[in-house]
Amino acid sequence: MALLARTFGRTLMQATAVRSIHTTSAVNQDSGALGGSRVTCTLIPGDGVGPELVYALQEVFKATNAPVDFENYFLSEVNPILSAKLEDVVASIQKNKVCIKGILATPDYSVAGELETLNMKLRRQLDLYANVVHVRSLPNVKTRHQSIDTVIIREQTEGEYSALEHESVPGIVECLKIITSKKSMRIAKFAFDYATKNNRKKVTAVHKANIMKLGDGLFLKSCEQMAKLYPRIQFEKMIVDNTTMQMVQRPNQFDVMVTPNLYGNILDNIGSGLVGGAGVVAGASYSAETVVFEPGARHTFAEAVGKNVANPTAMLLCGAKMLRHVNLPTYSEMITNAVNKVLKDGKVRTKDLGGQSTTQDYTRAVIANIH
Amino acid sequence: MAARLIQKILKSIGVNTSRFGQERLTDSTVHVKVSTAPTSARGFASGSRKVTLIPGDGIGPEISAAVQKIFTTANVPIEWESVDVTPVMGPDGKYGIPQAAIDSVNTNKIGLKGPLMTPVGKGHRSLNLALRKEFNLYANVRPCRSLEGYKTLYDDVDVVTIRENTEGEYSGIEHEIVDGVVQSIKLITEEASKRVAEYAFQYAKANNRKKVTVVHKANIMRMSDGLFLRCARDMAEKYPEIQFEERYLDTVCLNMVQDPKKYDVLVMPNLYGDILSDMCAGLVGGLGLTPSGNMGLNGALFESVHGTAPDIAGKDLANPTALLLSAVMMLRHMELNEHADKIQHACFEVIKEGKHLTGDLGGKAKCSEFTNEICGKL
Repeated sequence: MALLARTFGRTLMQATAVRSIHTTSAVNQDSGALGGSRVTCTLIPGDGVGPELVYALQEVFKATNAPVDFENYFLSEVNPILSAKLEDVVASIQKNKVCIKGILATPDYSVAGELETLNMKLRRQLDLYANVVHVRSLPNVKTRHQSIDTVIIREQTEGEYSALEHESVPGIVECLKIITSKKSMRIAKFAFDYATKNNRKKVTAVHKANIMKLGDGLFLKSCEQMAKLYPRIQFEKMIVDNTTMQMVQRPNQFDVMVTPNLYGNILDNIGSGLVGGAGVVAGASYSAETVVFEPGARHTFAEAVGKNVANPTAMLLCGAKMLRHVNLPTYSEMITNAVNKVLKDGKVRTKDLGGQSTTQDYTRAVIANIH
Repeated sequence: MAARLIQKILKSIGVNTSRFGQERLTDSTVHVKVSTAPTSARGFASGSRKVTLIPGDGIGPEISAAVQKIFTTANVPIEWESVDVTPVMGPDGKYGIPQAAIDSVNTNKIGLKGPLMTPVGKGHRSLNLALRKEFNLYANVRPCRSLEGYKTLYDDVDVVTIRENTEGEYSGIEHEIVDGVVQSIKLITEEASKRVAEYAFQYAKANNRKKVTVVHKANIMRMSDGLFLRCARDMAEKYPEIQFEERYLDTVCLNMVQDPKKYDVLVMPNLYGDILSDMCAGLVGGLGLTPSGNMGLNGALFESVHGTAPDIAGKDLANPTALLLSAVMMLRHMELNEHADKIQHACFEVIKEGKHLTGDLGGKAKCSEFTNEICGKL
């Protein structure tokens, strides 16, 4: 009897857990059918090649006839004069619930002496706590490892990115890394919910609790506690340096990974490198209310500005993810299939994938394959 | 005034060592040359020198014995002084390294260490950390090079990671402010940053490396990593012959798995170094193949950084390569280059032939067979 009650309680808990995230997809349920009401999406082109990629994205959207309108905001920290106000952007995202964002360059210094970057501010204000990067091998993209399929879930509102630093005396700087049980629990829950919802088998918590016994220890403890509530999902823990080594040797062993802020940044980049680089991996940042879709590895690729060589795949896949999120799966598949077809044919490739085609050629090829 | 004098002395040593480095360019080996520590400048008059040996736990004793055997066969003029570092309770009631071990390293100035067990969550500081503090080991050097004969997915890896080893994220200063909120302090000081940056450039110069890359995250941690970056920049000005570049940690991670040839010598704060050095080891086949050296103010400690592998301990299955290559690094540090080259060559030959590989490299040989084969080649 007791056993029954426990199992029942557990199922109930998991069910509510699943329901409590991704509230946004329910919000836009009405616009599901083709030809329904239109969706508005905030668009932040970002720095570096961002504007070029966003242009490609808009061209592809036009070709699919997706019922999406973009609200364009140029947000930039390195270009403060041209930049829109952060409040306006935040308000727009809060209103629209979805956003597609290029990468914002983060300079090493701030004119006003601020420690917090614009990226951090945006994430804090919207409380975009969970960054999800799905690292997956793409068809016919030659890499060292095959059939990688890993999801990296990263806490991105605290940890090393707290922007709390001071110089105690000249030449001695301390930088605070904050870990709270509340946010650790939240990200752990998100990871297990994600795993449950997407039929994943295993969650790996990445940490350095052997050195940072209290900080990472708390993160690890939170993950362990959460793991107990999800008995059907396997849970393992791994030290971050070992994780990076395993990633480059046997990446296929990983399923879902949950990490504090900085380690997530590292793993996102290693993962992206394994499947073809920063130009091909899409990611998304979630808050309870809003979702911001942005490339998984954050590089502005500033040296390629205006050269028409950047790979828009990551941005296009972000667009496809956004469409799926607002319940327009038909359009989403149109784009995903077209991108996959172009990659598979392998005739039109950008430089990063060993080809000679331009961003424009590639975009045209994708558009030609939209059916 | 005094600082300037020291700098002058260091510079003169640096010039000397670079000449040695050039001579050694001909062999395709893991170049390890140390010049900052005063130990290398110290003359060793007698024929045979004492080296402290810490065999370690798990497979440690086996691989240490293998290294000793190879060294004896090669007639290396070294006398081993084996010490035990099992923690004992000190007069203050805390557990720590026995005084005898500390004295041994302090007199010999050079040590070789097998893997040590780090108890997780036992309250007391890990022994590795204690050793680091005790000997002021401020820079950890890990050369990673693709081995001929052991094929991995990544060819032509040839990078050296130099990691600041005394502070940063591993300062060990943490506290729980209120229930459920923890603050860990990452400490960056100008002194330590300058010291490791200088070492990196000297290393590059002495080993004929072309480029030093400082790996940082100053866009996020503007003050702390900013300070580290500034120190590296300042140091770069003093070494105009060596190319200098600044890269974000995430960029290095991304590029390293795509094209490791982009990097040469990397210098970075503690945590990044920990992560990147293990990742680079992964590129060339794991921690069982990469040597490691720790340079300090009070001496130098060379070690294998793999685990204690308790599952195969005592079964004669372990691979002694990492410890052997670390010992080779040590020989170079002691300027016994001839012996170093000979042993390294023999070791690489055996791996290249591929007939007597241990289990971790996909072979069936026992540790003793592998060792004997190397001895045979000497």
